[in-house]
Amino acid sequence: MIGVVDYRAGNAPSVGYALARLGIEHRLVATPGELDGVDRIVLPGVGAARATLDSLDASGLVDPMTSLVRDDRLPFLGICIGLQVLFEHSEEGDTECLGWIPGSVRRFDDTDRVPQIGWNDVRLRRAHPVTERFPDGGHCYFVNSYYASPSDPDDVLGETSYGVDFCSIVAHANVVATQFHAEKSGELGLGILAAFAQWDPTC
Amino acid sequence: MLTKRLIACFDVVKGRVTKAQRFQDNIDVAPAEQLAQQLYEDQIDEIVFYDILASAERRMIDLPVVRAVARHVFVPFTVGGGIRSVDDMFEVLKAGAEKISVDSMAVRDPDIIRQGAEAFGRQCIVLSTQVQHVGVRPGIASGYEVFIDGARTATGLDALDWVRRGEELGAGEIVVNSIDRDGTASGYDLEITRAVADAVNVPVIASGGAGTIAHIADGLTAGGAQAAIISSILYSPRFERNLGVRELKDGLRERGVAMRPYLSL
Repeated sequence: MIGVVDYRAGNAPSVGYALARLGIEHRLVATPGELDGVDRIVLPGVGAARATLDSLDASGLVDPMTSLVRDDRLPFLGICIGLQVLFEHSEEGDTECLGWIPGSVRRFDDTDRVPQIGWNDVRLRRAHPVTERFPDGGHCYFVNSYYASPSDPDDVLGETSYGVDFCSIVAHANVVATQFHAEKSGELGLGILAAFAQWDPTC
Repeated sequence: MLTKRLIACFDVVKGRVTKAQRFQDNIDVAPAEQLAQQLYEDQIDEIVFYDILASAERRMIDLPVVRAVARHVFVPFTVGGGIRSVDDMFEVLKAGAEKISVDSMAVRDPDIIRQGAEAFGRQCIVLSTQVQHVGVRPGIASGYEVFIDGARTATGLDALDWVRRGEELGAGEIVVNSIDRDGTASGYDLEITRAVADAVNVPVIASGGAGTIAHIADGLTAGGAQAAIISSILYSPRFERNLGVRELKDGLRERGVAMRPYLSL
C-alpha cells in the first residue's frame, strides 16, 4: 500500500490518478493515523518550499514520516517540491528543509526564463532499479525555478541542463526523488512510478 | 535541452469540446473526456481546458468534467473559467489540474494572481490574456488592448502594461490570445506575441490563429513563444483535413524547432 502525502499545496490527486491507471494500491494520507499499514510513501508537490513545509508541519506528518523513512527504511519517492524539501536548505524564502539528504536548493539564474516549464531530457548517471526501464535521455515534464545540488555526487541519479547542469533525479539509500513531475511525464513518468512500486531498497 | 510545447486547447460547454471563430459561433466537436484521452495517446505535450460559460453564468467550473479528464491525462493539465478565489483554485487542483488559468477575473481583481501564487506557487498560475490590435492611442502605447468576457468588453488596459503587471504579481506563464486571429487559421499575431515575450521573463504561450505547421513554427521562433496553443488544426470540423500530433511535431522538427521526441510504445 503506497501512501500519497496529501497537503494543501500538493497535487496528490494527480499522483493518485496515475497510480490508479497503473493498478497500484494506494491511499491519500493527510493525517499521521493514515500512515498505518503504508509500506511506501510518495511525497508529491507543486507549491513553494516554505508553504509545503508549513503544511506538512500542520498535518503532524513530518515526525512519523521521518521515522518511517529513516528508521524503518520504507521506500520513499519525492516529486518536484517533494524532492527539494529533502535537502538541508533552500534559497526559496531562505528555508530550512528536512535535511534527509546532504545538499542545498538554489535558484536558476535569470539568463533563461524562470520558471523552467516544459519537457527536458534526463541523462542517467548510473544504474538504479527505479530507472531500470527509463531510456537514457528520455524527456520529462519540469516546472521549477529552483534546483537541488546534492553534496555527494553519488546521490545524483539523473542530470538535466537548464542554464546549469542540475540533479533531476536524486537517489540516496531508500529515498529517490524526481525534480520533474513523474505523474505528468507521459508513459516514461508512469514507468518510473511503476518501478518505484516494485523497488526493494534492501536488495 | 528544454523543448517547445504543443498545447491542445479545449473550449468546453457542458462537458463537450466546441470550436469558435473570433470567440463566437461555437460548434460541437466531441466529449472532453474522449478527446483528452485520444490526444494523450497521440502524445500531446499539454492540455488546457476552458469552461467558457462558467464566468458569464457566474458559477464554478464544471468539476466532474475536470476530474473525468484528469483521470486520462498524464501530461500537464491547465483549467480556467469562473475562478474567483484561492478556494476555487484549490478545488480545481484537487480535481486533478496542475495549473490554473485566470483571465477576466484577474483584470477585475488582480490580487487573485498574487494570492494564487502565494498559496500554490507561481508555476501554478497562468495569466491568459485576450488582446486586440486597436492602434496606438493614449493609454495603449503598444497598440494592443486587453479585452475580457469572451472578447466582448474592452478594458482600456495596454497589453504590455498588463502582462508586466501580471508577472510582477506572480503569474508563472502568460498566454497571448489574439482576438483578431482566433479560429481564423491565418497564423498567430507574431507582433504582439514577440512584444510580450520581450516584455516578461516567464514563459509565453502563443494562442489564436494556428492553421498550418508553418504558423506554429513561426509562433515558436519569430514570435518568441515557448509553447503554442492549437485547437482547430487538431480537430476543427471547419478544417478539410486535421493533423495529428505526430505529423505536427515531425513538421516542426523539420523546421528546426526542438520538440519532445515521439515514443514508440
